[in-house]
Amino acid sequence: MSKFKKKKGGEMPAVNTASLPDIVFMLLFFFMVATVMRQNTLMIENKLPQADQVEKLDKKSLVMYIYAGKPSTNYKSQYGSEARIQLNDKFADVKDIAAFIASERASKREEEVPFLTTALKVDSKANMGLVTDIKQELRKVNALKINYTTRKGDALEGLKK
Amino acid sequence: MAKRAAPEVNAGSMADIAFLLLIFFLVTTTIETDSGLNRKLPPMEESEDDVIIKEKNIFQLEVNRSNQLFLKTGGEEKIIEIKDLRKAAVSFLDNGGGAGDNACQYCQGEKNPRSSDNFQKAIISLQNDRATHYDTYIAVQNEIIAAYNELRDREFKKANPSLDLSFVEASNAYSDARTAPATKAKLKVKLQEIKDRVPQIFSEAEPKKSN
Repeated sequence: MSKFKKKKGGEMPAVNTASLPDIVFMLLFFFMVATVMRQNTLMIENKLPQADQVEKLDKKSLVMYIYAGKPSTNYKSQYGSEARIQLNDKFADVKDIAAFIASERASKREEEVPFLTTALKVDSKANMGLVTDIKQELRKVNALKINYTTRKGDALEGLKK
Repeated sequence: MAKRAAPEVNAGSMADIAFLLLIFFLVTTTIETDSGLNRKLPPMEESEDDVIIKEKNIFQLEVNRSNQLFLKTGGEEKIIEIKDLRKAAVSFLDNGGGAGDNACQYCQGEKNPRSSDNFQKAIISLQNDRATHYDTYIAVQNEIIAAYNELRDREFKKANPSLDLSFVEASNAYSDARTAPATKAKLKVKLQEIKDRVPQIFSEAEPKKSN
């Protein structure tokens, strides 16, 4: 009779899966944190006006964004408090729009170009002068489909604020 | 009493629950899509020959630098509140004052001879100042689109009573990716018919310089 008796049966011990949920949660949190929703960092105040007759802007890949508004507080000392245009991550001038549209078009497939829409994300306090300049510039480069991006809400209510 | 060891809770299914949650959130999360007013800019090359338009067919709006709205139509000129604009625009578009060839077969308005002939002839024109606020401009645009949508809804319901959809709902269904292609094709024809019947003829004059 040996002292070290062999355990009877060749059963495999169950693998402990208690830490599996932790691994899954870690993955979940990683993706939640790593997902970037906004492409551009806004350097301007961008409180959009309200409207209720809106249409959805589907197909994100076919939209070019032009932002405009007053520089936010961090940039005020450098760029003043007049409303300005922001393209991608930089402040831009009206005449930079043509180059911006051209580069956006070049990055898309050729058959997609006619469906490109320009979304104007303009701060509700901006003046129409700036918007008109942008529109003129877009007409020059033949980017005629535009969308005045708004928040959903009653347009008249929005005016009172 | 003898102390009993607490039985171990089986945590094997915890992973399944976590996966279920993960998948649920993955499926339901839609990254917020932008929405706004779609417009089309006029092309740069203007046709040289001026088109002659009867004054009664123009609904002329002007927003000045202090965000007041002026309306000039049918020989009268007045200041109008933005909240009254939708009604005024609808009654202008829907007037149907034309006779003979210009008679409007769908209009239900009051047939004022000093207002628009029919949907094809009625033009809404908007002029703004460079100092006009953007939110005022959007509100005006919104009301104009609302007026057109109101008429298109009416015509769409009249033309397709069986569908039980308004024009706006139908065009949303058309642009929705989940709608079946066969339904889309049918909707496209119907939507186009209404768009032709009530066209959005909207002209934007270049803004005045404010000195």
